[in-house]
Amino acid sequence: MVKYSREPDNPTKWSYLSMLQNLEQKKSFLISRKKYPKLIAAGMSNFFSKAEVTSSGRPVLLHNEVECHLLSAVDLEPEDHRHFSLLKSGLLILTTHRLIWLLSSSASTPTSASAIPLAAISHIFSSKKSLKSVFHSPRIRFQVLVSSDGRVFDPSSGSGSSSGSGSRSVVVTAVIRGKGDCDGFLVKFWDSWRARVWETTKISSSGSGSASGSGVATGIGGGLYSSDGSVRMVGVAGILRKEQEMWESTDKSLQDAFQDLNALMSKAKEMVMLAEKMRQKLLSGTSSQTSGTNDEDMGSKEEMQDWLLSVGIISPVTKESAGALYHQQLSRQLADFVRIPLERAGGMINLIDAYCLFNRARGTELISPDDMLQACSLWEKFDVPVMLRKFDSGVMVIQNKSHSDEEVFARIKSLVTKPEALRTGISPTDAAMTLGIAPAMAKEHLLTAESKGLLCRDISPDGFRFYINLFPEIDPCNMYLVKVPWKLLF
Amino acid sequence: MQKLGDFKLPHFFNYPPYFTLQPVRETSEKQIQLWKELILDYCRIQKIFVIRLEEEFPLFSNSVVERTLSHEAREAFLSALVAEGRAEWLDKGRRNCLILWHRIQEWADIIVNFVKDNGFEDSVMTVEEIRSGIESRGTELQGIDRTILVRALKLLEHKGKLAIFKGTSTDDEGVKFSV
Repeated sequence: MVKYSREPDNPTKWSYLSMLQNLEQKKSFLISRKKYPKLIAAGMSNFFSKAEVTSSGRPVLLHNEVECHLLSAVDLEPEDHRHFSLLKSGLLILTTHRLIWLLSSSASTPTSASAIPLAAISHIFSSKKSLKSVFHSPRIRFQVLVSSDGRVFDPSSGSGSSSGSGSRSVVVTAVIRGKGDCDGFLVKFWDSWRARVWETTKISSSGSGSASGSGVATGIGGGLYSSDGSVRMVGVAGILRKEQEMWESTDKSLQDAFQDLNALMSKAKEMVMLAEKMRQKLLSGTSSQTSGTNDEDMGSKEEMQDWLLSVGIISPVTKESAGALYHQQLSRQLADFVRIPLERAGGMINLIDAYCLFNRARGTELISPDDMLQACSLWEKFDVPVMLRKFDSGVMVIQNKSHSDEEVFARIKSLVTKPEALRTGISPTDAAMTLGIAPAMAKEHLLTAESKGLLCRDISPDGFRFYINLFPEIDPCNMYLVKVPWKLLF
Repeated sequence: MQKLGDFKLPHFFNYPPYFTLQPVRETSEKQIQLWKELILDYCRIQKIFVIRLEEEFPLFSNSVVERTLSHEAREAFLSALVAEGRAEWLDKGRRNCLILWHRIQEWADIIVNFVKDNGFEDSVMTVEEIRSGIESRGTELQGIDRTILVRALKLLEHKGKLAIFKGTSTDDEGVKFSV
């Protein structure tokens, strides 16, 4: 069935024209689909580069790659019909390195994505404002270099540079059928393309290599100044000077970062590296003073370590870059992020704790508790491996979908039937240690087990404890009849 | 076997959760049932007729496991007995509870048997004599709570088995049997 473009209320000459245009395209597309179904399938996957996707349906970003903007319900059509690649109604994500296209539906989580490296783009057409364009869905057209095997030129693959790089180019049109900010996207597209962030990464990584090489070379000869005039690092004075310079540059780096929030975003990567360095320093610090350090110092150093490690996310999804899909993307990003804290917490984490961790990792662009709650509630609609759960007591936690209550109860039962526990019961702290989770979480599990009749409570000046439920074993008509376990215990 | 005076305590008396009011319905129903039986048994053997909530009651504490029933728990168990008709609150504030380990009807039957056994069918006795007279020694009537006795007698009077009248002295009443 042929679909018409979105102009149901405006049957003018222009809509008729666009109908015709669409018909032409659709006709050729449908004909080729009928004739060459296999080629279609092959062509679709072969034209664009493949992009990796996480288990929650978010694209895996490259080293240093930052998201800039996002549009929904976008079709990508290469104008060369030979390739038959028509990607319909997906999410188009602009990053500093690539244009990523994801099939988006609220029901299923995308397992793969297509991408066009910005390096392969040779020209971006400016949007022509004509009368026709007022009635059409907005379009962004750009020219992409194509290598000899018919695929988008991928500068990261080794073969690109030698074998006919960019021998041909194909015009690709992105049709934006959703309600996104198309002009804003175009501006950011130009900015990202001109910034050429992918090149600076290469230069810096190769640059540091050459610097260390030259350092070694000049180390052999004597004298304070090396052959190229810079002060040589030699002796204790040299070490001190090197430290000093490093601290000064760190200080300056921090100052620059904090002056301008935008600059902070780009410095975010540097900050993470700094955090990593400090962590290494801490690690070496603690290991060298094994005898002299007391427990308190060790504890606070470990805290510092953990705190630094939690600065993890470089590319926070913001309301700006995702527009109307803010909660959806946030929800997926949260699902990705929360996996590691979940593992460390033993499979269940308090919602409030998760909120603090997530915001701390984002650094700037903090989210409100409402956003957090909405993001978690959206998980029901997606196929992500985590879920939100509310206990009877009102406590809300995030847990793995694979988490099994039955398994936890089995572990609690084996704990509470140990000889010592049969006599004195268990406290939430005991359960926490055995289950490997926080005491508050353990208490929730114990309360749930109690409501299922597995345990019963004992409140006394000693505190709140739980025992295995032996009430069912007692026969009220024969109260003095003693069954084996009782005799042994009481 | 643990004892409280002469009373043999069941084994679960040393199970600490027994002394904490359980929230889960199934468990709590069982717990209440066990306490009801225990209270009735204890009172019957120790001949206790009234439980005063504000006083120490030996059955409600266990020094071995160091647990005591809270006021809330005591009230809950006694209320359960009242609901079953095996006890009655003596005051609105629920501080004192009359325990009927024999129902009033049962006491009435005991009195009738007592009268028949001793050949008192047509004689007259004071209420006090029924309670503490020589004939009642060794029977269940010995030391019976006065309130309960009077209630049982009134029940029998209603059935026409006896007549209660005021005695010569103001502090005692007399009973004429016509069993």
